Amino acid sequence: MSKVLVVTSGKGGVGKTTSTAAIGAALAQAGQKVVVVDFDVGLRNLDLVMGAERRVVYDLINVVNGDAKLAQALIRDKRIEGLSLLAASQTRDKDALTLEGVTRVIEQLREKFDWVVCDSPAGIEKGALLAMYHADLAVVVTNPEVSSVRDSDRIIGMLDSKTAKAERGEKMEKVLLLTRYDQARAARGEMLKVEDVLEILSIPLLGIVPESEEVLRASNLGSPIVLSNPLSAPARAYQDAVRRLQGETVTMHIPVERKGIFAKFLSWRVA
Amino acid sequence: MSMSLFGFFRNRNTAPVARERLQILLAHERALVGGGSDLAAILREEILAVIAKHVTIDQEKVQVKLERGGSVSTLEIDIEMPGLAAAK
Repeated sequence: MSKVLVVTSGKGGVGKTTSTAAIGAALAQAGQKVVVVDFDVGLRNLDLVMGAERRVVYDLINVVNGDAKLAQALIRDKRIEGLSLLAASQTRDKDALTLEGVTRVIEQLREKFDWVVCDSPAGIEKGALLAMYHADLAVVVTNPEVSSVRDSDRIIGMLDSKTAKAERGEKMEKVLLLTRYDQARAARGEMLKVEDVLEILSIPLLGIVPESEEVLRASNLGSPIVLSNPLSAPARAYQDAVRRLQGETVTMHIPVERKGIFAKFLSWRVA
Repeated sequence: MSMSLFGFFRNRNTAPVARERLQILLAHERALVGGGSDLAAILREEILAVIAKHVTIDQEKVQVKLERGGSVSTLEIDIEMPGLAAAK
């Protein structure tokens, strides 16, 4: 049975696209058939973070409009078996998406894949609403910072009222992915703690992704972090999150960078 | 010296301030916007209609707040009632 997942946040720049790429890649690495779909029409970036920017010929809008078949628009990842990308249009505006069109495409994707991971645009307008509309499950990406928490609260309200599930009177499943977390700063009282954010937003925790230089490195390379550096702290956080998504019980912890002998040697030399 | 020391301590623990500001703000915003808004508005209108059958009340002096929680949500209704003389 296929599952449609939306990665959303309200606020921009909190890590939706990074998280979509990492979750999609980790699910595919676990043997699932996965498509990651960029809903950010006019400002597409998932293709770039996935390293497929030069392979985009047709996009979501072309499929919605019937200018291309779905099979023509799907870009298969060359590194991970079972992972595909459906890019957003860079030239059209967000009004090019319609609910009817999106509904049709999501139906087709459900038939082909185990997981349909939708990367929502920032904001609370049409694009974000369409990205969340068909979701079975929402991953709310939040930074431990006041504006991000406020916007996440707003998005949670919309997930509970403006989705197909909500309209059918069903409960929308929502989980929190706390990103850019700095445990040392939180411990010093400089940053909201995991428990603070959980208490305020009142949704279950999917995972805690620590702040890390590895995230920028991965996007520089155009490779999901679980592929570019699978042993890094953020990659392990995403791998654990994906195991939880698949129903496994994984003890919650905040991964820390493991320093190998070589890294220790280097830091010793520098010091 | 004493000023910089004071500044050092004052600037440290800002997370509790963030937490408190968010809790106050979101309690207010959840009542006004988002998913709860429609339901809160409907409840407000219907509750007012029931009370208005028996008592004359000032619409401005009615607060209906819907707060979302993990397992339970609470509906808070605060109505300022006029003196008994106003009862129909």
